Amino acid sequence: MAGLKPEAAPPDAAPRVRFRDPQIEMAHGAGGIASRRLIEGLFAPLLFGSANQPLGDSAALKIAGARLAITTDCFVVKPLSFPGGSIGELAVNGTLNDLAVSGARPESIVATFVLEAGLPTEVLEAEVRAMAEAARRAGITIVGGDTKVVEHGQADRMYITTTGVGPFLEGVHVDPRTVRPADQVLLSGPIGDHGITILLARGELDLEADLRSDTRSIFPLVEAMAQAAAPGVRWMRDPTRGGVATALNELARDCRLGIHLSEESIPVRDSVRGACELLGLDPLHIANEGQFLAVVAPEYAEMALNALHQTDGGEEAVMIGEVHQQPAGSVLITREYGGSRIIDMLVGDPLPRIC
Amino acid sequence: MCLAIPGKIVELFPGTPHLATVEVAGVRRKVDLGLLQDDLPVSGDWVLIHVGFAMSKISEQDALDQMQTLRILGEDEQAMQEVRGYGLGLEDRKPS
Amino acid sequence: MRFVDEFRDPEVVTRTAEEIRRLADPGRHYRFMEVCGGHTHAIYRFGLKDILPANIELIHGPGCPVCVLPMGRIDDGLILAQQPDVIFAAFGDMMRVPGTQGSPLEHKARGMDVRIVYSPSDALKLAKTNPDKHVMFFAIGFETTAPSSALTLIRAKAESIRNFSLFCNHVTIIPAIRAILDSPDMRLDAFIGPGHVSTVIGCRPYEWIAQDEGKPIVISGFEPLDILQSIVMVLRQLQAGKAKVENQYKRVVSWEGNRAALRAMAEVFQLRPYFEWRGLGFISQSALRIRDNYAECDSERRFSVPGVRVTDPKAAQCGEVLKGVLKPAQCKLFGRECTPEHPVGALMVSSEGSCAAYYNYEHRKAMATSLAWPA
Repeated sequence: MAGLKPEAAPPDAAPRVRFRDPQIEMAHGAGGIASRRLIEGLFAPLLFGSANQPLGDSAALKIAGARLAITTDCFVVKPLSFPGGSIGELAVNGTLNDLAVSGARPESIVATFVLEAGLPTEVLEAEVRAMAEAARRAGITIVGGDTKVVEHGQADRMYITTTGVGPFLEGVHVDPRTVRPADQVLLSGPIGDHGITILLARGELDLEADLRSDTRSIFPLVEAMAQAAAPGVRWMRDPTRGGVATALNELARDCRLGIHLSEESIPVRDSVRGACELLGLDPLHIANEGQFLAVVAPEYAEMALNALHQTDGGEEAVMIGEVHQQPAGSVLITREYGGSRIIDMLVGDPLPRIC
Repeated sequence: MCLAIPGKIVELFPGTPHLATVEVAGVRRKVDLGLLQDDLPVSGDWVLIHVGFAMSKISEQDALDQMQTLRILGEDEQAMQEVRGYGLGLEDRKPS
Repeated sequence: MRFVDEFRDPEVVTRTAEEIRRLADPGRHYRFMEVCGGHTHAIYRFGLKDILPANIELIHGPGCPVCVLPMGRIDDGLILAQQPDVIFAAFGDMMRVPGTQGSPLEHKARGMDVRIVYSPSDALKLAKTNPDKHVMFFAIGFETTAPSSALTLIRAKAESIRNFSLFCNHVTIIPAIRAILDSPDMRLDAFIGPGHVSTVIGCRPYEWIAQDEGKPIVISGFEPLDILQSIVMVLRQLQAGKAKVENQYKRVVSWEGNRAALRAMAEVFQLRPYFEWRGLGFISQSALRIRDNYAECDSERRFSVPGVRVTDPKAAQCGEVLKGVLKPAQCKLFGRECTPEHPVGALMVSSEGSCAAYYNYEHRKAMATSLAWPA
């Protein structure tokens, strides 16, 4: 989701819509450049006003003196169920993770369901059970929701929207504008598992691999890192649609600095790598549902990494790069022998290629 | 035109000799061996895969030879530098 | 990954780059053309330009089968697919290529049944599982891909699959190289030859380049060490005043090529008298069409093709960039009307197109380092 901090001004009297595409395409939902244009060019001016601020994963509310984070997300996935999880789990974990990377403790969720007429009840029940289990595992409560049913042929069986709230963690203040050269970039674990699992589960490409979605709540990891290094944590993001490349490009644009990554340090499982090589995809553009990126001040980076290593599920965390002045607004990946390339945001959905 | 990946034949199908399962870093796909029908690969062979078809067998020997040639590249130069160091006035046409 | 990782070994890459620096004559400016779009992609992906000396210039050739397809052929294919109960199947590479009424993906958004396939045999399978529809496979590619299309049609005929046809846009590499060498604006020292096309056609078809034109050509693989070693081999030839065809990609390319693949192609395809190439104009004997005895698998004969001819917008200089005469940034539309997000020509869409590669790599670097970031 995209949200504002409480200091934002109310919407303009005459908001300027800059979005010029005549119709909505799949690319606008892919999480890359087109998505950003839609949000910045249509939603933001009409809903958020003229505040020229970076958009984060949650919005911050001030209600009766308390600062709360609030986030919302919608889940559309085909197939509904796949190795490692299902839409229900994605819905709960995805929202929790948005709160976590905003520096907040997830507390409660409300959920809405758009169901397609003809959906077998056992499918719905399985998803609701999955949500209950994911919530229980994460220690949060699901406190309400709504349901609508639409005609057969709409809604791809089931869409779930979740809204989550929680208080900000003590001492954690994430904002891309606080990022400085020499800050370190941390990644919690191997990338590409979720997106490739989904691609394979669709069965259109006839590939098989022992892969599972990485969907999980990353809050325990964020909490551990915050306890060890809160003052040094500048920015966090969960690289979902659009992958690590898109998340870091957004950061680079928001902080107007250059992000340098070391290609060899980025962890990718063999089978993700194999599938990407076969299909001509780049793991950096593939969605993740159980990982996060953090930018940490250099004097806190070691502490942050150690805290992750000592937490269940954080053993594979690594430093993958560093912030520099140049190339401002871009992400540069360098190989051990010195060759480098700029890695861009995702343009449209990642498409397999043969050339 | 270009994206072709090395994969290992891990399964053959006696009923359909032109089909095989190939594995690339743990990812498996069925490929068509029809273009290699003059010299069909066997289980364990490595082949080059492009758009679901095996284009060529991969010669392990040629790959090893190539790596050997490349590794020697630098060593030749090191040997040359030692010889130059003896100050025998051997001209070096190549820029250092 | 076996047969991949060894050829990316950073230490050996560094040493090979040093050898290139030793071999390159500092008083000379070298112009090598890599013909194949896959090499263009690899050069950018592996950052190879960073480790080559400044006096070696790599010129991108026209070996990108998506880039050389005139827009009219895309329109033709999409018009054919608009018939009722037709499924349009194509490789992912084609999905964002713009026709005059939009790209295949945009047509999909408007309700056309468009499917991405990884293999022509997957398209044939679609036909088998959708007996009440007709599957039209939009086939592209040079000689690397044509044999797979051919074999698929042979199988379709053998299994009497009636609801499948191929819209054939296969082109051949030699006429493209000839067009480059015939171009008066081109000054090249040598070629880095296409690796995967050569697994099919072998090395013999390139002999005229060395013998008649006097240019060295080294058939190269696609890993960093393959490309760097090929450059070493080219430099050695130039130094010795030689010009011959050499095979760097020995582990998969043989001198004779793949006979079974060539047989399959000959059974199913014949050369068109001429075919229009984007930017290069009409070239004779440069493209394939389906033989009469496979006519029922030929989309152009199952349906009537409008034969749309679309000229590129005057300002778009796809042709000159394709030939290597212009650098992408010299095209007037580059970075303005034409970007990867809203491409005007295929060179900006295809992941191997020189414009896309240049935009994503050098252009962004140049913009970021030389200009103040725009507010």
